[in-house]
Amino acid sequence: MILPTPMLLQVADPTVAASTGVFLIATVVKMLAIFTLYMVGVAYTTLAERKISAWIQDRHGPNRVGPWGLLQVAADGVKNIMKEETFPGDVYKPLFLIAPALAFVPAMITWAVIPFAAPWGSPWGRIDMVVADLPIGFLFTLAISSLGVYGITLAGWSSNNKYALLGGLRASAQMISYEIAMGMSTVAVLLLSGNVHMSQIIDQQVATNWNVILLSVAFLLFLVSSFAETNRVPFDLPEAESELIAGYHSEYSAMKFSMFPIAEYANIITASGLMITLFFGGWDIPFTSWDNVGPHTGLKSAITFAFFLLKVVAFVFFFIWIRWTLPRFRYDQLMALGWKIMLPIALLYIVVIASAILALDATGLSRGTVAYQGALFAVNLVLLVLIVFVLDRGRLISPAYSRLERERVARLRLMAQQSDLATSRES
Amino acid sequence: MQPNAFEPLFYQFHFYLFSLIAIASAVLFVTRKSPVAAAMWLVNVMFCLAALYVLLDAQFVAAMQVLVYAGAIMVVFLFVVMLLNLGHPSELGADIRQGWGRLLAGFLALVMVAELFVLWRAPIRWQLTLPAAETASQPNATGGVIGAIAGPMFKEYLLAFELTSVLLLAAIIGAVVLGRKSGGADAR
Repeated sequence: MILPTPMLLQVADPTVAASTGVFLIATVVKMLAIFTLYMVGVAYTTLAERKISAWIQDRHGPNRVGPWGLLQVAADGVKNIMKEETFPGDVYKPLFLIAPALAFVPAMITWAVIPFAAPWGSPWGRIDMVVADLPIGFLFTLAISSLGVYGITLAGWSSNNKYALLGGLRASAQMISYEIAMGMSTVAVLLLSGNVHMSQIIDQQVATNWNVILLSVAFLLFLVSSFAETNRVPFDLPEAESELIAGYHSEYSAMKFSMFPIAEYANIITASGLMITLFFGGWDIPFTSWDNVGPHTGLKSAITFAFFLLKVVAFVFFFIWIRWTLPRFRYDQLMALGWKIMLPIALLYIVVIASAILALDATGLSRGTVAYQGALFAVNLVLLVLIVFVLDRGRLISPAYSRLERERVARLRLMAQQSDLATSRES
Repeated sequence: MQPNAFEPLFYQFHFYLFSLIAIASAVLFVTRKSPVAAAMWLVNVMFCLAALYVLLDAQFVAAMQVLVYAGAIMVVFLFVVMLLNLGHPSELGADIRQGWGRLLAGFLALVMVAELFVLWRAPIRWQLTLPAAETASQPNATGGVIGAIAGPMFKEYLLAFELTSVLLLAAIIGAVVLGRKSGGADAR
């Protein structure tokens, strides 16, 4: 049986750009597809959170609506829309109304510049598998993610409630602090790729190796700051229940309240997408070069897209896993970690990695060689060991085993022993 | 993409659209009583300016506009406004919109209108041409659109760049030193 379509696809030259009409149609289709997939993904991440938390805590989780509880998402949506909306008397209404949307929109816009599959050399010209192929791609994501703070801050302020305001203030302080560390940690990526264009950052990783290996410390810093940026445990201070009731969304109800969790999960998915693009080779399939060379068939785009989705799911799982594993920081620990540890390490790392790249380039080694990548990895390994074993020996961020605490535990233990001795003597 | 007949129209439409939104937001920014609402309208102005930069093919400047002004400076601004608790219009006392204040504002407005008029009518005596070697809108091969800005900044004007950064650092340290209360809990 003859299949003419794949033949056509192979003949098409992937370097020929699509005409304006095809470009417009393709862009609209990509926008609709990505938006739909993203919203469904956000909805099912809420279910995943509940299922995985149940699994971690040895429970069943939601399992009544539909098979394995898969329709729980729809039930939740209907519930949130049908609920009564309350407006406390003294809220500042215009901002109270738009704050939930402001929290959600920046996370969604960032997806416009993340490449999600290998370009497709269609019969009508090359179609890049990214919604908007901006030349300033990475700077765009930084600029947009710096706006995420508005939603939470304004929600806190416009509620006219002291706990909400405190939550909002915490959120803005936290997000500004970690944004700096986040931006600084990605400088190393830009140094290595020499460009801010997302597709070229991926191309660089395809040509050499994933940045998670070449720039492990930068990945660690980026990972920690993206947890802080998404307000996830262990950095969910803006909504610490034991201190602030529910933080910035104390006064919200029904669907407007629901927008904040939706924004949180949207942020998780976006942060996963960014980490994959910057450090895990985007849509690149590891251990094979099949996906990186022509012919750029539709099948190839589909398979790389599947791999991209797989990586996103893995990262989302990681985010959820951390939430149900670690306790929350104290506020001073959070600030100290951001300003006194992450920022200096990030600054130092820029200097180290810039020198390393300069030195390695001076030796004349090609970037594709194992020696070049090995040397860079060795530098990172040494730095990681230094960070983990020298900097943090119960001195800086460990909450339960700080030095003072240890002395107190020893004293308490001594008292317990003495009282034991006393009781044994009596009996 | 090939350029086509609709491109000038497209640019013109978006130029006027974003200019109108920017001017309307600026007017709302100065007339709002609530400081937080005013700050949000200013953010909107920043966004429209960024959109105008994109229309000029200056995407880097646009990204910086959003990142620095809308994302950092305005957030800090909002932070201060919220901490000062200038929150609600009813709590605000007398403003400067009386007597001499109005007169001064009217005079300044007249001066600005006159300036605009002069600028509009003045003949341009010199030709605005870009340097032949490299232009910002032409991405060079290695650095993309950023390379065109980073190249001159870190090669030809490196000294000026470094001096500026030292100046900014001195300003930051100065602000911290001046801001520290003597005798308070934070004082050394």
